[in-house]
Amino acid sequence: MDFAHSLRLIAPEETLSVASLVLLLVAAWSGDKAARLISILAVAVLVTCMALVVPALSNGLAGPDVTAFGGQYRADAFASFAKLLIYGSSAAALIIAPAFFDRLGQMRAEYPVLILLAALGMGMMASAGDLLTLYIGLELNSLASYVLAAFLRTDGRSAESGLKYFVLGALASGILLFGVSLIYGFTGTTSFPGISAALAGGVSAGAVFGIVFVLAGLAFKIAAVPFHMWTPDVYEGAPTPVTTFFATASKASALALLMRVALEAFGSQADTWRQIVIFAALASIVVGALGAIGQTNIKRLMAYSSINNVGFVLIGLAIATPQGAAAMLTYLVIYIAMSLGGFVAILMLKDEEGRPVEAIVNLSGLSRTRPWLALALAMVMFSLAGIPPLFGFWGKFVVFQAAVQAGFIPLAAIGIAASVIGAFYYLKVVKIMYFDEPAGVVTGQSDVAHRALLIAMALVMSPLGYLLTKWLDGLATTAANTLFLAV
Amino acid sequence: MGGFPILSLMLLVPLLGAIACLKLEAPAARTVALGATLIDFVLGMVLWANFDIGGAQWQFVERYEIFSAFSYALGIDGIALVLIILSVFLMPICIGASWISVNKRVGEYMAAFLLMETLMIGVFAAQDIYLFYIMFEAGLIPMYLIIGVWGGDNRIYASYKFFLYTLLGSVVMLIAMLWMVNEAGTTDIPTLMAYDFAPGVQTWLWLAFFCSFAVKMPMYPVHTWLPDAHVQAPTAGSIILAGVLLKMGGYGFIRFSLPMFPEASAQFAPLIFALSMLAVVITSLIALVQHDMKKLIAYSSVAHMAIVTLGLFAFNVQGLEGSMLIMLSHGLCSGALFLCVGVIYDRLHTREIARYGGLAINMPRYALFFLLFTMGSIGLPGTSGFVGEFLCLGGVYQVSTWVALVGTTGIILGAAYMLYLYRRVVFGEAKNADAAAMPDLTLREYLMMIPLGLAVLWMGVYPESFIAPMRQDIAALDARLARAKPSYDPKLVMGAGKPATAHESAGHGEAHAEGAH
Repeated sequence: MDFAHSLRLIAPEETLSVASLVLLLVAAWSGDKAARLISILAVAVLVTCMALVVPALSNGLAGPDVTAFGGQYRADAFASFAKLLIYGSSAAALIIAPAFFDRLGQMRAEYPVLILLAALGMGMMASAGDLLTLYIGLELNSLASYVLAAFLRTDGRSAESGLKYFVLGALASGILLFGVSLIYGFTGTTSFPGISAALAGGVSAGAVFGIVFVLAGLAFKIAAVPFHMWTPDVYEGAPTPVTTFFATASKASALALLMRVALEAFGSQADTWRQIVIFAALASIVVGALGAIGQTNIKRLMAYSSINNVGFVLIGLAIATPQGAAAMLTYLVIYIAMSLGGFVAILMLKDEEGRPVEAIVNLSGLSRTRPWLALALAMVMFSLAGIPPLFGFWGKFVVFQAAVQAGFIPLAAIGIAASVIGAFYYLKVVKIMYFDEPAGVVTGQSDVAHRALLIAMALVMSPLGYLLTKWLDGLATTAANTLFLAV
Repeated sequence: MGGFPILSLMLLVPLLGAIACLKLEAPAARTVALGATLIDFVLGMVLWANFDIGGAQWQFVERYEIFSAFSYALGIDGIALVLIILSVFLMPICIGASWISVNKRVGEYMAAFLLMETLMIGVFAAQDIYLFYIMFEAGLIPMYLIIGVWGGDNRIYASYKFFLYTLLGSVVMLIAMLWMVNEAGTTDIPTLMAYDFAPGVQTWLWLAFFCSFAVKMPMYPVHTWLPDAHVQAPTAGSIILAGVLLKMGGYGFIRFSLPMFPEASAQFAPLIFALSMLAVVITSLIALVQHDMKKLIAYSSVAHMAIVTLGLFAFNVQGLEGSMLIMLSHGLCSGALFLCVGVIYDRLHTREIARYGGLAINMPRYALFFLLFTMGSIGLPGTSGFVGEFLCLGGVYQVSTWVALVGTTGIILGAAYMLYLYRRVVFGEAKNADAAAMPDLTLREYLMMIPLGLAVLWMGVYPESFIAPMRQDIAALDARLARAKPSYDPKLVMGAGKPATAHESAGHGEAHAEGAH
């Protein structure tokens, strides 16, 4: 592979890097006045990058033709699938931000630039073909994310959230690096195909430690139990648009990375790590569901809900089949649509002076004061609970279908039974909005961008979403298969 | 009727009505809801008129491969047809029952009911197992809202209990469905009905389906959500709950459990019999001591449904036909009884039996209708209840005389608690001045009562109209079950008709006796 070819393959990364640097300069010269303009340009850049990655997915590209820099980077169908999600959710995080920050006078020009840098890192995570690319992408993303979490300088909760995220994130990175060094020590390589080949003959105790540390580090990033403790605090404290970004783009990139590592690098030794993933999956479902029951803040509730949902995604990983991987991707798409819808609805919960309303009790009787907003939020809740005919059901359906096809019937049965616990707290929110007397707190006007985005997500979540299943299934299968071909 | 997608149209009309109702003010929403349900009723009649009795097993079939992993496939046989007719018949009555009594958030209320109608028809018409599941589960959402928003004082508890109970039952069924589809390689219900699963696996699959249908039915130990839900639901909610939602459990048994897992069904028949016998006796006794009218009727529903399950697992034609007829009759009678309760609840705002009395004096016409439906519920010959119960218990008698004996006590106890209820509410002296001042039925109430009354009598006098469409399907099911049919305990010996053969049959009797020794 010549150098020029490699440079062509990383076109989205080049675009993002150059654009973010240029926009940084614009920000430096014109200051916060240009924040809105920079946001618009950043959205345009992200949309361009989405267009750049589409061909690889629609043609189902994989193999050496799309491998750059001697195997360190892949521009295959899987990476494209993940990048579409990442760039799309990053664009959404930019679109919803101005209405939130303007009220506080905090719509600063760094916000779009940081989002772009984080998206760049996330894209590299999804494209990683080597443990070092993985780490660079992860850190680029993480550093930008720490700053984003603490973006509201005047708000104590935001600063606390940023600090917590930084400390725990650094710890996770350390654990991950330690695992990487062990893997390198026991296999003699950092490239995924190399590791896979080295482990194929059998796995040594040192390599098992390496695998465990790498998985633990990644479990931090996806907020799986038992490494989930930071999630509620960070989700609650971070500004809501940033929380949206964490719940959608960060989640997608971390899960894509986890799939790459687990299925590509360690795929030949699935039996070694399966128990760990099964434990993390079931524990996440149960802890996420139980933890959410006592919550009084809707953002914390969504944080626990994200822990709960990661558990379902991990069921797809535990079975380690192409169907399982495709199911994970499908789930991820639907989960992102639901979270985006949910957080946009939360952003629209404002009191008379435009201050955000986060306490769940203040949503009482929302169905009478703001019927459409309540309907959308109820759809999010039922969809997250996986009740048909809403589209959230489909995500759970494909995951459990893959599990049953692979013969993991007890896992599927326990997982689905535990999902009933989760239904309880989603029902609680619906109950408060629909059954209780109106509290009359949520009266603020909503932004047009929020409204448009919410309507779009509500349409996806509605039964109309099932019309997408054929298309979604095809893409997810194409993307997932490349993970299993690459070896 | 060839290619006209009448089933899709029946799903679409209430759905569009529901969306329209969300935006409308109270009077317009009521009119739209009534219009949509009446259109669906007319379509249901067209469906019935065009159903070719003795023709193809599955009619009005529609199939579009628009989803991944499952298809939009509709089609009905006779069993589904009669249940759809029941649903579309009860819906306008439900709307009528809430015409005045529901006056807050009318648009949303009507939307929930219309959505419910779409989903009910969808459950009965689905020919794809996943489509069935989606429709089956989706019904939880509108019912949760109906109970929770427009219910009584303890509505929150009842709505949670209803939702979580039924959800837990159904998710286990989903895993079984996933396994079956993976094994059989199709989601088509008719194909799955003819697929032979290994008997060892059937046991597990049967149990998983049982989890869901037993809760929905509801069967004895898991019935506790029903009285709560009924008591708290508004009148129309109770009608639809008793009239149609409970039938989904029975429909599930007859559509899935029996034809798909015949061996497991035979294996578990003793369990069903035991639970049903317990239910018949215990819930009837519980009904006897209720002070709340709705609770009494709710417990009577559990007892009736227990007779349905007895008949279903009798593995013979009488039992199956009887069960279907009880389901239809119960849909009419208990729906009508809840309506009767609703009529006086609207006037006095209490369901306490002791607050009424002597209504025959000031509401004689109401008393007449109430009597008719009470008799229908008891199973008096000439009303709809009799035919089904007689067939059902006749079918059970062939299997086990003891079970039939216990099942029959349900009828006696049923007469006891229903007549006792009737005596306390309608006869005797007018103890309470406010109850004695209640006016008799209004025109709106007549319009609801008369069709129900006529249907109860029609089914009692000429049940053939309802049996005819199902006969072929029941026979097919019976043939499917023949290989697993358990041996019968009465060991009937045909009596000898002529003296010439008397000697021979006596010889047989001896041989039999010897064999027994």
